[in-house]
Amino acid sequence: MAALTVTHLVKRFTGGVIGVDDVSLTVHEGAFTALVGPSGCGKTTMLRMVAGLEEPTSGAVRIGARDVTWLPPRDRDVAMVFQNYALYPHLTVRENIAFPLTVRRTAAVEVTRRVRQAAELLDIDGLLDRKPAQLSGGQRQRAALARAIVREPALFLFDEPLSNLDAQVRAQTRAELVALHKRLGATILYVTHDQVEAMTMAQRVAVMALGRVLQEAPPMALYRDPASLGVARFIGSPSINTVAGRATGTRFEGALSCDTRVAPCADAVLAVRPEHLVLEPAMDAAAAVVTLVEPLGPESLVRVRLQGGEDLVARVAGEAAWRMGDAVGVRVVPGQGLCFRAADGARLA
Amino acid sequence: MSERRARTVPRVRRLTGYAAALLLALVMVAPFLWMLLTALMDEFEVYQAPPPLLPAAPRLANFTEALTALPFAVYFRNSLILAACTVVGQVATAAMAGYAFARHRFAGRTPLFAVYLGTLMIPGIALLVPRFLIVDAMGLVDTIAGLVSVDLVAAWGIFLMRQYFLSLPRDMEDAARLDGASEWQVFTRVALPLARPALATVALFAFIDAWKALLWPLIVARSPDLRVVEAGVASFHGMYYANWPWQMAAAVAALVPVLIVFLVAQKAFLRGLAFGGFK
Repeated sequence: MAALTVTHLVKRFTGGVIGVDDVSLTVHEGAFTALVGPSGCGKTTMLRMVAGLEEPTSGAVRIGARDVTWLPPRDRDVAMVFQNYALYPHLTVRENIAFPLTVRRTAAVEVTRRVRQAAELLDIDGLLDRKPAQLSGGQRQRAALARAIVREPALFLFDEPLSNLDAQVRAQTRAELVALHKRLGATILYVTHDQVEAMTMAQRVAVMALGRVLQEAPPMALYRDPASLGVARFIGSPSINTVAGRATGTRFEGALSCDTRVAPCADAVLAVRPEHLVLEPAMDAAAAVVTLVEPLGPESLVRVRLQGGEDLVARVAGEAAWRMGDAVGVRVVPGQGLCFRAADGARLA
Repeated sequence: MSERRARTVPRVRRLTGYAAALLLALVMVAPFLWMLLTALMDEFEVYQAPPPLLPAAPRLANFTEALTALPFAVYFRNSLILAACTVVGQVATAAMAGYAFARHRFAGRTPLFAVYLGTLMIPGIALLVPRFLIVDAMGLVDTIAGLVSVDLVAAWGIFLMRQYFLSLPRDMEDAARLDGASEWQVFTRVALPLARPALATVALFAFIDAWKALLWPLIVARSPDLRVVEAGVASFHGMYYANWPWQMAAAVAALVPVLIVFLVAQKAFLRGLAFGGFK
């Protein structure tokens, strides 16, 4: 295992389109970092440059102490799990897992031993003689994982490996991947567009947009303390509520108002997580109408529309006391409003 | 009434379809049947007017007579050498060049491919003289090497392989690169096995083309021991005399290897289609 250090990485495609724009990122030895962002944000390009499948325009990639920027993929000691698994359909599961060893001319006894070990670890030792076409999605995923771990690489790269699985298998595989990470102590860079995957699995999450890393932090720090409006909006489901207004220095004033001590700003945005909105019949709060109630069991999502037309969503415990059409007051839990500058989305301090 | 009609209409349509297919099949099979029946007729029976559909007394002896009247064993050997070299040459060059055009970036890739495609527009007959002059200049006229030299590379095969490689997902090749495979290993151990159906197609057409080649072998190979089967079949038909039953018997015999190759390649083709494993 080794650390991954990416410094000032740039990828400019022919035609001038910038895929990755001056990204620096460190994944410490044995750490699990997720790279998350909307599709087209450059995260897969970034991963492919780390793998050596794409040449950077400038910048450097180091794995451990080695500068691998210009090394071919085979010399980087990196394993990758692809979104569609990329198993070789003409080979059996056994041959697939053994492939990284056989192309390196590993001794047959050693190949047999390590293939068995990897297969047992992923609980697919009963499927070794099948072809990939005879496996379910979850089984293919495991076979692809086994192929990745069999040669004990310095770094694991995952490119949206769960997106082709159905919801139930995906949730199960998430937990298994975390367990596998703990067990192997592997260094992992994990690309996904699904923030739930990133938040639940990774120790650190880097949020990417338009080729840049907006913020890199532990999942809960991103959630509670986003550095920009982009991060605040991307992390969390349902999305954070936003209303426009101005910050006076002690208060945010707009369609929704609250006390907040940030630098004054005439054109600001207040962002509030759904669980930090309080709905009440009181008259001293912003008036709104309930437009939809979504009961989820342990909690309910209540969608309301402010008088100015802004739509907000509040998360309330258990069953909601409100019905569609009810008039309610909306209040922000003290100290939980986040203020951003409208012009560039920067957090107001 | 209406319910019954609802059932009869698709049945009628289906029967019409079968009838049309049967008719079409008959059109295809008729020349072969005619060849087979003629091969079993007496030498003078074929000249009766109107010609009989079935031989009065089937003469299997036509086969042994025809195949021994000329040294067909030698002709078959020559045809097999020609066909084998053509298949190996075309499959190897089409696979490698097709892969390079599909996957590797190099200077002049697109114009070069356009030139390859352009050669498809040139009719083979127009190449006959220049090819002969080149082969002659190399001193290869009337040799096996001269015979097999001109069809070792086929532009259409390169085109077919390129299109097929382009249709394959790149992820598997990338996975192989990360797994530690060299470019040659990526090609031979991942790309080629995935391209088996296309390879079978190239091989099949190369074999058939080489097997039925007549003009080039006639021109380049003058001595009798370099003749190919087609030339042997054609030589039963002289300017003043034709032995139809012998010619047809030899033609039937010449068809056997093609049938065998087709059946084998067809199996490989179907296996390729059943691949599935990638989405």
